[in-house]
Amino acid sequence: MSTLPNETLVEMQRRMLRIRRFDERASKMVKRGQIPGTVHTSIGQEAQVVGATMALGDDDYMSGNHRSHGHPIGKGSPLGPLMAELVGKATGVCGGKGGSLHLADFNVGSLGESGIVGSSIPIATGAALSSKVLDNGRVALAFFGDGAANQGCLYESMNMAGVWDLPVIYLCENNQYALSTPAHTVTSGVIAERAAGFGMPGVRVEDGQDVLKVYEAVSAAVENARSGGGPTLVEVITYRYNEHSEGLRLGTDYRDALERESWVGRDPILSFRKHLVDSGVATEDEMDQLEIDVLAEVEEAFEFSQESPFPEPEVAFLDLYTDNPIGAHA
Amino acid sequence: MTTTMTMAKALNAGLRAAMEADPKVLMMGEDVGKLGGVFRITDGLQKDFGEDRVIDTPLAESAILGTAVGLAMRGYRPVCEIQFDGFVYPAYDQIVSQVAKIHFRSRGRMPMPIVIRIPFGGGIGAVEHHSESPEAQFAHTAGLKVVACSHPTDAYWMIQQAIAADDPVVFLEPKRQYHGEKAEVDTEATPPPLFTSRTVREGSDLTLLAYGPTVRLCRDAALAASEEGRSLEVIDLRTLSPLDLEPVFASVRRTGHAVVVHEAARSLGMGSEIAARIQQECFYALEAPVLRVAGFDTPYPPSRIEEEYLPDLDRVLDAVDRSLAY
Ligand SMILES: Cc1ncc(C[n+]2csc(CCOP(=O)(O)OP(=O)(O)O)c2C)c(N)n1
Ligand SMILES: [Mg+2]
Repeated sequence: MSTLPNETLVEMQRRMLRIRRFDERASKMVKRGQIPGTVHTSIGQEAQVVGATMALGDDDYMSGNHRSHGHPIGKGSPLGPLMAELVGKATGVCGGKGGSLHLADFNVGSLGESGIVGSSIPIATGAALSSKVLDNGRVALAFFGDGAANQGCLYESMNMAGVWDLPVIYLCENNQYALSTPAHTVTSGVIAERAAGFGMPGVRVEDGQDVLKVYEAVSAAVENARSGGGPTLVEVITYRYNEHSEGLRLGTDYRDALERESWVGRDPILSFRKHLVDSGVATEDEMDQLEIDVLAEVEEAFEFSQESPFPEPEVAFLDLYTDNPIGAHA
Repeated sequence: MTTTMTMAKALNAGLRAAMEADPKVLMMGEDVGKLGGVFRITDGLQKDFGEDRVIDTPLAESAILGTAVGLAMRGYRPVCEIQFDGFVYPAYDQIVSQVAKIHFRSRGRMPMPIVIRIPFGGGIGAVEHHSESPEAQFAHTAGLKVVACSHPTDAYWMIQQAIAADDPVVFLEPKRQYHGEKAEVDTEATPPPLFTSRTVREGSDLTLLAYGPTVRLCRDAALAASEEGRSLEVIDLRTLSPLDLEPVFASVRRTGHAVVVHEAARSLGMGSEIAARIQQECFYALEAPVLRVAGFDTPYPPSRIEEEYLPDLDRVLDAVDRSLAY
């Protein structure tokens, strides 16, 4: 990937850092009661998120799941409206109606996120069908976890995409656990190999902590889709550092501390920083400055979320229908 | 023997008792085994009964319910946990098209003794699919039985009775009360039959009808109203399908006023059916229309405003005032 311009490489690091710092802040905010409910962070999975989102073009689509703060950030969303959405403010990307579980920034090609595991996969498939019919070259990418890989609608979707040659990428973020359930105890075979059954390529990125490896694999799938080659299933092996969701206390039985430590030891952001410095793309000072800049961005987003107003309660009744904003029965 | 229990503990103890009583009872669901469930309702059961009887399944609700159907056909009594209310929809096909209809379709040769445990209702600061009240959709489906517990003692007995029942039971657990109010549960008492409603407070001016999370609310409302000199009767419906309304009719014939309270959206909710039946059976005794206090006809709102969505003391007492002033 030496062909990538230096700005792109630095931008990858910037977006990974944004995700890390944004989610660290969100985690704190949950614990301080500044965000209602809980959030699912992408901390530890930044390389996988950014490698995939940066392989997409601005006009390409993506769909997410419950762990979707990173997806819009990776695709370039400004942080303020995302943070405001977590808090439930009127200035949030969904006007405060989506919250963390539906953190969809429609301005960056999001097709929406879903708290129902697996539920958004067919939606990306539908967007890809529209691209094919319109022949507009826009690719759709569905993010989902190893847990979602066992929901039937994935295979219903892959079959359609296979038989209709749709420009869609099924991107399995295999962080090796669905909540407390280790993937190997509930997953038959290898997820990537399931692609063969639908006549599409299946790619497994073993080192999903390396942003360039992910970028390379997803870029190839995107190019293939854009040029009419149809769908690809990409499975990326990664790891979440935090608990399934913030504030949840599942105990340590299901994941031992050493396992976590070994993953933290090959941190995607630290290792990419080292790579950038070692290969002469950036200096240590520039990397330090990047850290400072991103922290400031997150701080600014936090301020924005705090200063913004809450929506009026009446908003709960709005937008249920197109013709009758107050709803049929109210 | 009496033990002090939260609803979560009571359900856990009830499940344990059911597994001890019948080796054909199985638990299945996401994270129910090693972890003991996200709400810890099945805590310790896999350790004590083994992995064949407490099964950690893949994340696949449709297949969880479908597998339970096959197990039930082979003589098992599966208890399926749905992690949160809104996650039941991927399983909806199996529940409505198979679980509910197989006994009927097989001319009684295939009983479906399946229990579908669903933590339901709001008040925990979560969004949509973590806070919903889908009971009417199941009560509307012929072939399913639907019950809701509201109290640790009921939770302890009702879960065992539901598992022992030969028909499929959707078992609704008010999740916000899992770790709330504790009660002395007498594990040697004789419980009332499962498919019966129960008067939890006697009164003479108006009948409040509730189930699951709103029973507590209605008890509080009755207490508050008593300070204003009003005597409210509170009935915990407990069973939503079949409905046990004879005690309700008897109550309304005395009070002449009824208010139904639930968290689910108002239109075509349980309150609609209950109001229709009350007006049919108690028409001449009624001194006011039956009123409903319920969630609004919108998706469950963002958690910031769920307090405005959920029935509260104010809205219940306001409905009481309106009914009595009619
Ligand atoms: C249909 C459905 N079932 C269950 C859940 C509860 N739940 C939320 S996330 C999750 C685990 C998902 O695992 P995975 O797909 O691997 O994503 P990860 O959280 O690991 O990113 C579960 C069981 C849900 N949200 N939706
Ligand atoms: Mg996972």
